[in-house]
Amino acid sequence: MESFAVFVPRLVPQKDYLAPGHRACIGCGEALALRLVMKALGRNVIVSNATGCMEIISSPFPTTSWRVPWIHTLFENAAAVASGIEAAQKIMNEKGSRTNMAKVVAMGGDGATLDIGIQALSGAWERGHDMLYVCFDNEAYMNTGIQRSSGTPFGAATTTSPAGKVSIGQSTWKKNMPSIAVAHDIPYVATACPSYPFDLMEKVNKAVATKGPSYLHVLSPCPTGWRHGGDLSVKMGRLAVETGVFPLYEVVNGKYKLTVDFPKLRPVTDYLTPQGRFRHLPKDEVERIQKGVIREYEKLKKKVEA
Amino acid sequence: MNKTAMTGMEGSLAMAEAVRLANVDVVAAYPITPQTHIVERLAEMVANGELNAAYIPVESEHSAMSACLGSSAAGARTFTATAGQGLELMHEVLYVASGLRLPIVMGVANRALSCPLSVWGDHSDVMSVRDTGWIQIFAENGQQAFDLTLCGFRIGENEKVLFPVMVHIDGFHVSHVVEPLYLLEQKQVDSFLPPFKHPFPLDPDNPVTVGAFAVPILYTEARKSMENALRSTRPFISYVFDEFAKLSGRQYKPVEHYRTEDADTLLLTMGSYSEIAMEAVDQLRDCGEKVGLIRIRLWRPFPFGELRQAVENCQTLVVLDRCISPAGPPGPVCSEVKAALYSQKKRPNVAGFIGGLGGRDLYVPEFIQMVERGRVIAAQGGEEIEMIGVRG
Ligand SMILES: Cc1ncc(C[n+]2csc(CCOP(=O)(O)OP(=O)(O)O)c2C)c(N)n1
Ligand code: SF4
Ligand SMILES: [Mg+2]
Repeated sequence: MESFAVFVPRLVPQKDYLAPGHRACIGCGEALALRLVMKALGRNVIVSNATGCMEIISSPFPTTSWRVPWIHTLFENAAAVASGIEAAQKIMNEKGSRTNMAKVVAMGGDGATLDIGIQALSGAWERGHDMLYVCFDNEAYMNTGIQRSSGTPFGAATTTSPAGKVSIGQSTWKKNMPSIAVAHDIPYVATACPSYPFDLMEKVNKAVATKGPSYLHVLSPCPTGWRHGGDLSVKMGRLAVETGVFPLYEVVNGKYKLTVDFPKLRPVTDYLTPQGRFRHLPKDEVERIQKGVIREYEKLKKKVEA
Repeated sequence: MNKTAMTGMEGSLAMAEAVRLANVDVVAAYPITPQTHIVERLAEMVANGELNAAYIPVESEHSAMSACLGSSAAGARTFTATAGQGLELMHEVLYVASGLRLPIVMGVANRALSCPLSVWGDHSDVMSVRDTGWIQIFAENGQQAFDLTLCGFRIGENEKVLFPVMVHIDGFHVSHVVEPLYLLEQKQVDSFLPPFKHPFPLDPDNPVTVGAFAVPILYTEARKSMENALRSTRPFISYVFDEFAKLSGRQYKPVEHYRTEDADTLLLTMGSYSEIAMEAVDQLRDCGEKVGLIRIRLWRPFPFGELRQAVENCQTLVVLDRCISPAGPPGPVCSEVKAALYSQKKRPNVAGFIGGLGGRDLYVPEFIQMVERGRVIAAQGGEEIEMIGVRG
């Protein structure tokens, strides 16, 4: 496993373990996030992938984008499959029928993670498997056509939370998955975004070095679902962080730390306006979102200072 | 043959004993009656150091089977057990196990399905997973639960096979009954069961992509090749049964016969009721009736040839199903048997009965009644569903 204390452009490995030529939409922030995660992980991994965009873009039989061992089975069970791989590797090494140990990495979208697969993931965390779980959060079920998930932000229009005469779109607030991870008392939890590639890769490295379960929640801009230009994905990620909509932090053994902080947050309108999914929002709802963001950011800061 | 001494043991524990002797690597399981004794015993073995395996106490059957997928794909010998609702919760995962050709062995303590809730035995759970692409073998008693679990590993893991295997034991009637049986010595099992070598395990030194998706121009071919592969496991399954007979003296066959010589009427059962049916056959034979019994041991791949041969000379075939196909044709076993015989020039009249649902016991008189009524119904064409041992 390559190991570097700090990621800087000069030291980023050239080698990609997610090969180019996959079928993601132009400007897909999730594919970028996945590529960076795989780069940081290196070759000594086994990946268990949930059904979703990243699985579909990378594995149309008989081709594959994967240069590491990879298994996809179903939508809601990536963590359970990974549990089996991890346990199998350990016992086989103990019994001598296998002589290498790879880091087991499970991954899925926000739907796979926050909704349908949360039970399997909670079970895996509770049992303490030595595995990294990465959630690529593009804030909806994109693979099936932009349906809302519990990771969809308040006010966003999706195909199952459409904006209409009597609807502002998603009427619930985004589920706080990292805090659910933290509540499992697992040793490493972090948020990340491909718009901050070095921060992301460092967190991957820390997660891999952690013995036991670790969780990485990666905000992954999706031009198709968020309805912004494909050239704006990296910018959208930066704006999500700079407005405080998606703060970058890590929680090491329960201790919160912001890894990127700003003396002053940008107004949320900077983030909302370029995205078609928020375009219908009236001023008062935008104001409500702004207040919500400040409130959550303050809460997070309290945890950091605690 | 060097036999161990006869011991008294519950069917569930006999199955667990087979899993221990198979030196399984990973057990991932979730409790459900009437399967629990199997995995409780395995957990105890691991806790006591009698079995060097990873026991993953998963949070659901869906995750049990999913963890089994991961474990088997990593190359580990893998076992789980379930029943009833648990098997239903695994449903979508079962197709993946066979599609990915992962030789997981699973004990199923057959149980009725809700609702009403019933923890007791029937075959509703089995029949709902009929087309999942697993090899499915029925054990009728504790001895067979032990024997066929060992055969299950040997069959499934063979490079020519690579399919998951269900070993069915009837809930309570087999899982919870203490019976006299013979175990095998570790060295006998070792000579019968080679270590599992997955041809393409998940391994960073030789990366493989497992579980790609198929577009319409490929899906049909993928399913066809899988079905061909499952069908062609038949000779090897019989070979393993023969090898096991050499080791143990106990011979299994895809379709088994009991006093079928010169029989004009045959009963057909699957699972533990065969033993009561045998008693009924004995009593009827004592009265001079030419009655015999056919037992389907191998449910998948379906033993077409053996079944046709077994019934070709009888006039009436009476099939017992422990599952209803609501508002459909007579029970699933009867339907399949009829379908298998349709093409035959010489075939018996078939009558189907449904009984033994949700733990309802059937005794010798019911089997005798089935033979008598069956002859009448079959002669009339046998289209009606008749239930046996039911009030009202
Ligand atoms: C049991 C089950 N229910 C529904 C689906 C359909 N399905 C496949 S992918 C998907 C959405 C994936 O969303 P997410 O996990 O957020 O990943 P994304 O595609 O957005 O990256 C859905 C609903 C399925 N495959 N299996
Ligand atoms: S729908 Fe979104 S997440 Fe999926 S491939 Fe396209 S851009 Fe990427
Ligand atoms: Mg998503």
